[in-house]
Amino acid sequence: MMNTYVVYVENKPGVLTRVASLFRRRAFNIDSLTVGRTEKPEVSRMTITVDADYDQARRIEANLYKLVNVLLVENITESPAIIRDLAMIKVAATHDARSHVLELASVFRARVVDVAPESLTIEITGTEDKIDGLLEVLRPYGVLEMVRTGIVAMRRGNKGAVLAPSLNSGVGEIASDEGISYSV
Amino acid sequence: MKSENDTKAEKKTEKKIMTGAGILWECLEREGVKHVFGYPGGAILPAYDALKHSKIHHILVRHEQGATHMADGYARATGQLGVAVATSGPGATNMVTGIATAMLDSSPILCITGQVGSKLIGSDAFQETDITGITLPITKHNYLVTRADEVARTIREAAYVARSGRPGPVLVDITKDAQQSTCEFDWEAAKPQMPGYRPDLSPAPEEYKKALDLIHSAKRPVILAGHGILISGAMREVITLAERGGIPVALTLLGLGVVPASHPLNLGMMGMHGEAWVNHTIQEADLLIALGMRFDDRVTGNLKTYAPNAKKIHVEVDPAEVNKNVKVDVALVGDLREVLHELLPKIESPDRGEWLHHIDELKGDAAVRDIQNLPDNGHLYAAHVINDLWRETRESNTIVVTDVGQHQMWEAQYYKHEQPRSLITSGGLGTMGFALPAAIGAKVARPDAEVWVIVGDGGFQMTLCELATIMQEKIKVNVAIINNGYLGMVRQWQEFFYERNYAATPLLNPDFAKLAEAYGMRGITVKERSQVIPTVKSVREHNGPVVIDFRVEQEDTVYPMVAAGAALHDMIRRPTPLVETADDE
Ligand SMILES: Cc1ncc(C[n+]2csc(CCOP(=O)(O)OP(=O)(O)O)c2C)c(N)n1
Ligand SMILES: [Mg+2]
Repeated sequence: MMNTYVVYVENKPGVLTRVASLFRRRAFNIDSLTVGRTEKPEVSRMTITVDADYDQARRIEANLYKLVNVLLVENITESPAIIRDLAMIKVAATHDARSHVLELASVFRARVVDVAPESLTIEITGTEDKIDGLLEVLRPYGVLEMVRTGIVAMRRGNKGAVLAPSLNSGVGEIASDEGISYSV
Repeated sequence: MKSENDTKAEKKTEKKIMTGAGILWECLEREGVKHVFGYPGGAILPAYDALKHSKIHHILVRHEQGATHMADGYARATGQLGVAVATSGPGATNMVTGIATAMLDSSPILCITGQVGSKLIGSDAFQETDITGITLPITKHNYLVTRADEVARTIREAAYVARSGRPGPVLVDITKDAQQSTCEFDWEAAKPQMPGYRPDLSPAPEEYKKALDLIHSAKRPVILAGHGILISGAMREVITLAERGGIPVALTLLGLGVVPASHPLNLGMMGMHGEAWVNHTIQEADLLIALGMRFDDRVTGNLKTYAPNAKKIHVEVDPAEVNKNVKVDVALVGDLREVLHELLPKIESPDRGEWLHHIDELKGDAAVRDIQNLPDNGHLYAAHVINDLWRETRESNTIVVTDVGQHQMWEAQYYKHEQPRSLITSGGLGTMGFALPAAIGAKVARPDAEVWVIVGDGGFQMTLCELATIMQEKIKVNVAIINNGYLGMVRQWQEFFYERNYAATPLLNPDFAKLAEAYGMRGITVKERSQVIPTVKSVREHNGPVVIDFRVEQEDTVYPMVAAGAALHDMIRRPTPLVETADDE
């Protein structure tokens, strides 16, 4: 099953290597990994998708937590969440095909971001399925180039992620877990 | 303008201008470090120069691998942080084996390496290696320090990470310019800042209830006692649990000593070379209570057939170990001692006499098969040597440090450990060459203890250069080489699984006694059983270090044995009467 994790890490050199190395070391294959800034400059946020069964998924989470620079791990696979991928697709569009391609783009609510004599570049944001759908229908025209960002994800609802109280606090001041349940 | 508070703080902590190198030693001292094991070189020279201002005693090793094993032995003998120091490049890469050894056995060591100047990083400068990259998967955490003002906080964090939670090795790589340049040193301000590091988990309350229900309803429970008990300091609690619940205890290799061998509920070692009845007990159990152990493949055998009728409770500090190899019914993730404190008051004492009686029956003819009880055929067996050594040293405060191979398993079988931390051995990585340097570390940490090395003729030659360290530092350790002329454990696998094709396992050895003499220590060769005890006696009385070359039976085999991948109860047993020997053929 595909699992989606949101991982908050300290924004420090080498942290991405540590996370990526963990997956390699434990023989899990990352399907997609994105990193970016958050509302706090000292925190980066990763969205990682990986194929794993229930026990593996929990072990990945536990192993991520063991990394000293990892602040919070959320497996949001089962939670209601907004999941977005972004793609840019350069599609061959000669005079005849052009209007068909534009029509398809508008059906998918995609935007044309570059127009050239023989091609159009389309930007689309959405779930992976939606992007796959657009790709499918564009393929017959000739996809010249394509890039996807990989997914970013966020839980729905009011609640933000609860990070350790302050990144500036010493070790002793971190709120410890109320208890974790590992039984099956 | 300074606020009143700032001025107060300044007075209290009295800040000093120091070099990064000076701060390094100052912080180590404040962390309680008294000894370091190391080897100098260009990139770490500023640190060595600054050592003159420190109270820390530096022990010069002969190979950086030795330094890491010494730090490891130091840590295992006491639970204190062991520290190893090396230069950049080859010095640092020589540490890799020792770091991996410490990682797999959760040993708290701190490795300090010099690094080329920060401006040169990435340029393939002379003796530059990316040691933080190399050691990323074999350290609990590591750091690259490029500025003097980062040294203090990094050392404090590194020491804290190495020791807390599930301990492990931490490496701190410090550039030469960070060692040389100066900054204000302020211990208080350099407090660890690790908001993501949470070594102190505790189980959810409902898990305790589930665990208690399982324990109370079990008819055939067994405790699996591992290294975590030692690390957590929960020996007393485990014994209480066993006694109160009438629950027998099986031990892992690294668990030996946590419950005295003579304790009536102590069954002995489990696993690949564990006692047959211990493995049968586990296979017949209806409840396994795993305490600070991680279901390594050397103790479970084939997982598909492992303890098929048993429920499993796992008490473990590292959540990533839960449901890794064996799926468990209840997991109590937290510090073992704290978890047991919570459980113990609620443990009932049902009558488990029938189960214990049954286990006694499982022992069957094991005693008859025991090599100790076979008629003396004039051959000297490793088991004899180890058993005699145990008889002679059991009353004193002895630490045995073993290497890896057949002799290691015979040590585990024939040296009856009564005390925690009385056996130091490389379990998880199985590192040949570990014993001699680890023993040096153990002796430095516990000078009051009598330290014996039990090492194979193969493994001894991997790190024997440290005999020079012993002489230079005047360290009294006794080295018993179990010399069978083979890479014995590998030969045993060839005997069982490769049709006795002894490819690359026979050893042509030097005269070890003479070699010892060349180092300036006493060397003795023993070929007969009757000489074992008198030799051990005289070695114990001798003031300096001694190497004893025990020429033992060459083609002896460790029994019982669970072949890799076989079911735990499917053991190859020692045939009775004794197997034919090389001489008989
Ligand atoms: C560094 C290293 N290399 C190889 C091995 C594989 N190995 C395991 S036991 C063994 C033989 C050890 O021989 P010896 O030291 O003579 O001990 P014996 O088994 O004969 O008691 C070998 C080669 C190892 N464990 N460690
Ligand atoms: Mg040998």
